[in-house]
Amino acid sequence: MTTFDLNGKTVSAQSPDDAALLWVIRDELGLTGTKFGCGIGFCGACTVHVEGRATRSCITPVAAVAGAKVTTIEGLDPTGNHPLQTAWLELQVPQCGYCQPGQIMQAATLLKDFPNPTDQDINAVMNGSVCRCMTYVRIRKAIKLAAARMRGDTGHD
Amino acid sequence: MISLSSHGLRSSSDPSRRSFLITMLGAGVMLGYAKSTLGAADVMLEALSTHTARSAGDLFEPTIWYGIDPSGTVTVNIIRAEMGQHVGTALARIVADELEADWRKVKIVTVDTDPKWGMMMTGASWSVWQSFPLLSRAGAAGRIALIEEGAKLLGVREQMCTARDHAVHAGGRSIPYGEIVARGNLGRTFTSEQLNKMPVKAADKRRLIGRNTLAEDIPSKVDGKGRYGLDAVVEGMVYARPKVPPTRYESKVVSIDDSAAKRVPGYLKSLALDDPSGTAPGWVMVYAETFIAANKAADLVNVKWSSGKAATISEVDIQKRAAELIADPQGGSLLVDDPGVDAALASAKQKIERTYTTSTVMHFALEPVNALAFEKDGIFEIHTGNQWQTLILPVLAKALERSQDKIVLRSYLLGGGFGRRLDGDYTVPAALAAKAIGKPVKMVCTRADDMRFDCPRSPSTQVVRMAWGEDGRVTAMDHHAAAGWPTGVMAPSFMPKGTNGVPYDPFASEGANHWYTVGMQRVRALRNDLAEETFRPGWLRSVGAGWTNWAVESFMDEAAHAAGVDPVKFRLGMLDGAGRNAGSAPNSVGGARRQAAVLARLAEKVGWGKPTPKDVGLGIATTFGQERNMPTWTACAARVRVNRTNGHVRVEKLSLVIDAGTVIHPDSAEAQVEGAALWGLGMALREGSEFVKGQPKDTNLDTYALLRMGDVPDVEVEFLPSTEAPVGLGEPAVTPVAPAIGNAIFAATGARVRHLPIRPQAVLVALAHGS
Repeated sequence: MTTFDLNGKTVSAQSPDDAALLWVIRDELGLTGTKFGCGIGFCGACTVHVEGRATRSCITPVAAVAGAKVTTIEGLDPTGNHPLQTAWLELQVPQCGYCQPGQIMQAATLLKDFPNPTDQDINAVMNGSVCRCMTYVRIRKAIKLAAARMRGDTGHD
Repeated sequence: MISLSSHGLRSSSDPSRRSFLITMLGAGVMLGYAKSTLGAADVMLEALSTHTARSAGDLFEPTIWYGIDPSGTVTVNIIRAEMGQHVGTALARIVADELEADWRKVKIVTVDTDPKWGMMMTGASWSVWQSFPLLSRAGAAGRIALIEEGAKLLGVREQMCTARDHAVHAGGRSIPYGEIVARGNLGRTFTSEQLNKMPVKAADKRRLIGRNTLAEDIPSKVDGKGRYGLDAVVEGMVYARPKVPPTRYESKVVSIDDSAAKRVPGYLKSLALDDPSGTAPGWVMVYAETFIAANKAADLVNVKWSSGKAATISEVDIQKRAAELIADPQGGSLLVDDPGVDAALASAKQKIERTYTTSTVMHFALEPVNALAFEKDGIFEIHTGNQWQTLILPVLAKALERSQDKIVLRSYLLGGGFGRRLDGDYTVPAALAAKAIGKPVKMVCTRADDMRFDCPRSPSTQVVRMAWGEDGRVTAMDHHAAAGWPTGVMAPSFMPKGTNGVPYDPFASEGANHWYTVGMQRVRALRNDLAEETFRPGWLRSVGAGWTNWAVESFMDEAAHAAGVDPVKFRLGMLDGAGRNAGSAPNSVGGARRQAAVLARLAEKVGWGKPTPKDVGLGIATTFGQERNMPTWTACAARVRVNRTNGHVRVEKLSLVIDAGTVIHPDSAEAQVEGAALWGLGMALREGSEFVKGQPKDTNLDTYALLRMGDVPDVEVEFLPSTEAPVGLGEPAVTPVAPAIGNAIFAATGARVRHLPIRPQAVLVALAHGS
C-alpha cells in the first residue's frame, strides 16, 4: 500500500509497489485525465506533477511517490482555469485532445522555470511531449500567451 | 407535449422517392430524410441516408438528424467520430445556419450505432463535403416548417413571416421556436423534388458558416474530463492484454505456458481466441483483475505459435515485388488510358523516367487501440472510439455469431484517428475475449501490441515517364503505382473499375490521375499482393495521395528542370483546364484553373524566383488533395536549409495556399491544414519503418521517430475565398509537403532525393552524385 497526496487529498493505493503510477491514478483512483501513450516515458501523455516537477507517470512506480504531493490535470487548477488552460481554449489548441493534459502539465512546469520562455526554451522542455495531431504551432502560441498573462503583461504576441 | 417525427408513416412503395418528413409523435420536432434509393447524384449521400435495417417492419423510420424540443433546444445528432477535426461543431452549424437557430441553443450529440443512421464512417475528409447538401437542406426544411406553423400561431400569412434568432417574426410580433413546437401542429412532408429545390441560403446571407466559434469538444480536452475509449468502464469488468502473434495472417497457437504468470496477483487466465471472422487469428488473451496485472502477466505468458508465411517476408521483398509488377506491362487497373502513350514515348525528342519509393508508415495514434466489450440484455456492447462502425459491425457479427442488430458500438472521443480506427479490427478480439470469459472485458493494447497490430501505410514504388515533342511541348505522361491496397483488403465494394474493367483502389492510386494537361496520359494502378499477404494495409492520413503526389510533384520538378523551364511556370502551363481537366459541378467547378490559382498565389506569397542564401532552397508542389471527385486545391512551398556535411535537412518554413470551396469553421479548417501539413513534414523527414520477417521493425518511440516541437517550422496558411461546394480538409494538406521539401533540397543543393522518408544518409549520397 502506498499513501500519497493526490490533488490535495490523501489517498492510499492498494496496487503493488512496482505498479506504474499512471495505472494507479487511472484505474484504481479513477482519474482518467492522465493518458497512456507509449508506456516508456517517450511521449509525455502521462505527465503529472510530483512535488511540482513534471513526471512521466507511466514509468514511475507508485512506491516512489509515497508521501509525495502528486498533481494531475484534474488538480492543476481548482476550477480548470489555469492560465494555460484558458490560453488553450482561447487559441483552440486541442484537436483529438488526447495528449493535451500531458502537454499542459509539462507546460505548467516550463512556465515555473522560464516565466518568459524563448522558442528554444519551449523546444527544449516540450520536445518530450508528442502531439500526434501536430498542434505544436498552437501549443507554442498558447504557452507564450499564458506566460505573458502570468507575468502580468497585457499585450498579446 | 407536441413533437414531430416520422413514426407512423408508411414507406413509399416507390423506391426512387426520398422524402423529408416532419410529423407528430414523441417528444420533440425531429427532422430527417426518409430514404429510399436516390438517383445517381451522389453515392455517398445515398449511403448516408440509406436505411440499413428494416426491423421496424412496415413502419417508416427515417434517418433523424436533429430535433427541437418545447424548450427550444435544438439537438443535432452527429454520426461522425470526433477525432480532432471538431466535426460536430461544423456539422451542427450547417444545420443551425439554415434553421436560423440561436447557436447557444444548439446541442451536439455524438450517437451510437443504430441502423437508422445508415453508413457511419468518418474518413477520407468526406464529413463536411458529404453532409453539407444534406444538412443544409434539412435545416432549411425545418425553417420552412417552423415559419408555416409560426404564421398560423401568429394569425398571419406565412409570406409575411421571417425566421431569425430562433423565432418566427411578422409585423413586429414574434414567436420563439420552442413555443411553436409546444403549441403548434407541425406536420409536413417534403418530396425529394422539393428537397432538391430547397432554397438554401445565398452565401452572403449566412450567419454561422464562415465564422468562428469555440468548438464544442474543446473544453473537455483541457481539463481532463473528455472520455476516450481508454476511459470506458463498466461494473464487474476485468482487463485483458493480448499476446499478438508473429504474423498478421495464418498464425496458430501451438501451446500456452502461463506458469510464471500465475505468480502475478490478480492474474486470471490465458485463452487462445477462436475467431470465426478471421480478424485476429492466433491471438491469445491474458486476463487479470487490473491492467497492471494483465500487463505484467502477459509479459510472463509464453506462447508458441506456428507462424504464417509472412514470417519470411521483409520490406525489400515487398518492394522487389512492386518493381516486378510495374515491369510487366500486363496487369493492373488503368485509371487513365489514352491511346498513343507508348508511341509518343518512342518518338519523343526528349524523355525522362524516374522511380520513386516510400517506406512503411505507422499510424501511431497516441491512444493505443482498446475496447470494452460486454453483453447486456441480449445486446453485445462495444465501447470504443471508431471511424467506420458500419464496416466492422458485420465482422463483429461473424466473430460473435450473432446478428448485427444484437451488437452496438458506443461512441467515445478518439485519441487520434488518422485512418487507424477506420479499421475496427481491434473490437473483434475484445468482443471475443468477453464472450469467452462471460464477463465484461476491457482490452488494452500496449504501444508495442498496437504497433504490431497496426494496418500501416503500405510501402510504395512508382515509375513515372514523360515525353516531349519536336516543339518542346509535353506529349505524353505515363505513371505506374504499386502498393498494398487498403480498400481492396477491407472494403472492396468501394473500388471503382478502371477503363480496362479491373477494379482499383482509389486510396492507393488517385493523385496519379492529376489535373495537368500532358498530352497522352496513362495511369496504371498495381496491387502488391506480397504486401497484402504480409500485413493489412491501412488508410493513413491522405492515404495513397500521400505517396502518388510524392511521385507526381517530385517528377514535375525534375521534368521542369529537364525541360529548362521554371518549375512554377512549367506547372501553370499545364494547369490550363482543358478537356477532362475543365472540372464540373458541383465539386470541381473551375477544374485545373483553381489549382493554377492556388499555385500562382503561393508563388506570389513566398517571393518565388528570388535568390536564397547558400544551402537554403525553396521548393514548391501543388495537388488536388485526394480525389478528382472532391478536389481540395493545395499548393505548398517549403523553405529548407541543408547541412552538406551531415545531410541534415531543416525545414524553416511551410507556406500553404488552399482552395477548399466554402469553409464552414475557419479556425478548425486552419487547424486541420496545420496538422496535415506537419504530418506531411513528419513523413518526409522523420517517420518511416519497414517490415522485417512479417513484423514492423519499430514498435515504440525508442526507435520510431515522430515530429516533435523542436522540428516544427513556421507554418503559414491562406485560404482562397470561395463559395463553391465545401470539400475535405483533414488530409489534403499532407499531400504537397514532402515533394515541396524534396524539391527544396534540390533547389538548395542540386541533390535529388526520390525516397521517403528523406534520411540524412540519402541526402549525402545524392549530394555526392549530384542531380
